Amino acid sequence: MPPVEFADPSAVAAALDSAGYLPDGGLATAAFLAIRMGRPLFLEGDPGVGKTALAQALATITAARLVRLQCYEGIDASQALYDWDFPRQILHLRVAADGSDRDELEASLYDRRFLVARPILQALEHGPAVLLIDEIDRADDEFEAFLLEVLADNAVTVPELGTITAEIPPLVVITSNRTREVHDALKRRCLYHWVPHPDFAREVAIVRRRIPDAAAQLVDDVARAVGRLREANLVKPPGIAETIDWTQALHVLGAPRLDPETAEATLGAALKYREDLVRVQRELDALLGG
Amino acid sequence: MLSADPVVTMTGFARALRANGIAADGTRLATAIEALGHVDPLDAQQVYWTGRLTLCGEPDDLPRYDAVFDAWFRGRLPALPGPMPPTPAGQLVQLRPLAGDTDDTARDEDDALPTAASDAEVLRHRDLAALTDLERDEINALIALLAPRVGTRRTRRHRPRGRDRIDVSRTVRAMLRDGGEPATLARLRPRVKPRRLVLLLDVSGSMSPYADVLLRFAHAAVRVAPSSAEVFTVGTRLTRVTRPLRLRDAQQALTAAGRAIPDWSGGTRLGEGLQAFLDLWGQRGTARRAVVVIASDGWERGDATLLAEQMARLARLAHRVVWVNPHRGKTGFAPVTAGMAAALPHVDELLAGHTLDALHTLADVIARA
Repeated sequence: MPPVEFADPSAVAAALDSAGYLPDGGLATAAFLAIRMGRPLFLEGDPGVGKTALAQALATITAARLVRLQCYEGIDASQALYDWDFPRQILHLRVAADGSDRDELEASLYDRRFLVARPILQALEHGPAVLLIDEIDRADDEFEAFLLEVLADNAVTVPELGTITAEIPPLVVITSNRTREVHDALKRRCLYHWVPHPDFAREVAIVRRRIPDAAAQLVDDVARAVGRLREANLVKPPGIAETIDWTQALHVLGAPRLDPETAEATLGAALKYREDLVRVQRELDALLGG
Repeated sequence: MLSADPVVTMTGFARALRANGIAADGTRLATAIEALGHVDPLDAQQVYWTGRLTLCGEPDDLPRYDAVFDAWFRGRLPALPGPMPPTPAGQLVQLRPLAGDTDDTARDEDDALPTAASDAEVLRHRDLAALTDLERDEINALIALLAPRVGTRRTRRHRPRGRDRIDVSRTVRAMLRDGGEPATLARLRPRVKPRRLVLLLDVSGSMSPYADVLLRFAHAAVRVAPSSAEVFTVGTRLTRVTRPLRLRDAQQALTAAGRAIPDWSGGTRLGEGLQAFLDLWGQRGTARRAVVVIASDGWERGDATLLAEQMARLARLAHRVVWVNPHRGKTGFAPVTAGMAAALPHVDELLAGHTLDALHTLADVIARA
C-alpha cells in the first residue's frame, strides 16, 4: 500500500486537483478505492479523455514513480516482465569457465544480476510505483494471460530464479480504447471505470489549469466549439487533449478569441482527419456562431 | 436499509443487476462489499459509484446499471442520488437509433421480392420458432463448412522451430549448456492467427426471406472462431449480436439474437448503419485487417452519397470487403440499385447468398482472404 493515505474520495479529488488533474465524482471515487483497496483500475473511454494523464497525476499524489508500459501487438514477457542479459551471461561463462565447479557455475549463470527488469518487474521491485499499462487492447490474449499473475499476486515468477514478490504493491492503472473486448478474467480483478468527455464547465477549468495565460474568452470559445464538434458526427471527435492543443495553438498565435480566420488556420490541432477538416471548414460559421 | 446490512442489500442488488444482463458475478460482489467498507454507505453518490466501479464491466452495462440502481435504492437511501453522472449513451451502447425522418411508406407485402427500401423505423422483434431438424442440420453443415478454413494472417508473435529469425533465448540457452560455443542456431517462425471476420447483416423488410439463413451462417462463424468473429445487424438501427450468438446451442443463440434485434423487417438506413458501425467499432479496430462481409440487397432509401463515403472509409480499413447480395444469383441481375451502385467501387467481391451453395462460395472467399 502506498504510504500516502486519503480519508475519502473528496480528499483524493482535492489532491488530484492540486496535481493539475480535475476529476469528476466518479473518477475521484475510482482513484480513492484503487488506492485504498490496492485494486487495479481499468479505464475505458474515447481517445484523448485523460486516461493516461490520470496515471501521471496518481503517481504525483501518492509520491510514487510512474512506470509506463505501452502495449502493442506481439508484446511478450521479455519486453514487459523481464529478460535474461545474454551477453553478460556468456561473458561470465567465458571468464569463469576454467577451474571452477560446474554446478556452482551453472547456478551462478541464472543469478538476479543477469536479469534485466522490464517495466512490470521494475514497478514490483522499486515501489512505491504507479504501473500504467497503456492501451491494453493493442496487446493480445497471450499478454493478458501473463498479466493475471501480476495483478492477482503482485508477483512475477521467473522459472530459473523463483517468484519475485513486490514489497510495496504498485498501483496499477490499465487503459483501453476498446478496439477489442478485453478478457473478463482480467476485468473482474479490476475496478472498472468509463471515462466520459467532460462537460463544458469542467473542460474550461481543465484548459485554464493547463494553459493559465490563455485569454478567458478564448478558452470559453474553444471549449464551446469542441463541444459542438463532438456532436457533429465526425470521424474522430476531439478529446480533451485536442482542446488543450487547439487552445495552446491559438494562444501561441496571440488570439484573444476564436474567430473564423484563426480557427481555420489552427483547425488541424483539433481535427486529425481530412474528411473532418473539409466538412468543418465548410460549416465553420455555424460552428462559431451563437 | 443499506445501513442495516450492506451484505444482504448488495447481494440482492447484484442479483437484480445479473437479471438485467450485467456481469455482476460473485467475485465482483465480494469486491463491492469490501469497497463499501471504505466509503460512506449512506451517501447515495458514493454508493452509486462504488457499485458501478465494482459491478459493471463494460459501457453497455452502464445505462442498465443506472436503471436498476434507481429502482433498487429508491427509498433505501436517505437521499436519492442527484442528477446522474452522464453515461456514455450514444457512444458505445449496443443500440443506437439512426437519425433520419420516419415517414412511413407502405410496402408491398404481396410482392415476393419487395422492390423499394423504406426508412420507416418499424420496431419489431423476431419470433424464431423452434428450429426444425432440417435447419439444425443446415447449421451443422455451415459449421463444418467454415470450421477448418477461416482465413489467417501472420501475427507479430513467433513460435519455435522455423527458418525465420534467430531465437536468441533458445540459442543462448544451448550455448550456456555447451560451454559457450554457439553450436546450433535455434530459429523461429511467425505465428498465424485466424483473420478477424465481421458480418454486417441487413435485417430490413426486403431482406427478410434471406436474413434467417444469414443469421445461421453468422452463428456458425461465431461458433468456429468465437474470439475473432463479430456480427452486427443493420436495419434502422445498428445492433451487435455477437454476444447472443456465442451461445453454443443453435436454438438458444438464434432466439437470443432474435430478441436482441429490435428492428427486424423494418426499413433500411444502410449508410447510417455503416457509419454507426465504423464510428463505434470499425475504426477503433474491429474492421482493421478484417474480412468484412456485408449482406444486403443495397436498396437504400435515402441519399446513397453517405453510403458511398462510408464504404470508401470501410475499404481503407478492412483487409477485404465482400458484399453478399441475395439477388446476385438470379438471372438478369445488375447492380443498379442506388446503394449497390454507390458501394460497388469499394467492394472486393460481390457474391450471391441465397442458397447453401452460394454460402459455400462465401465460405471459400472468407477462407482465401
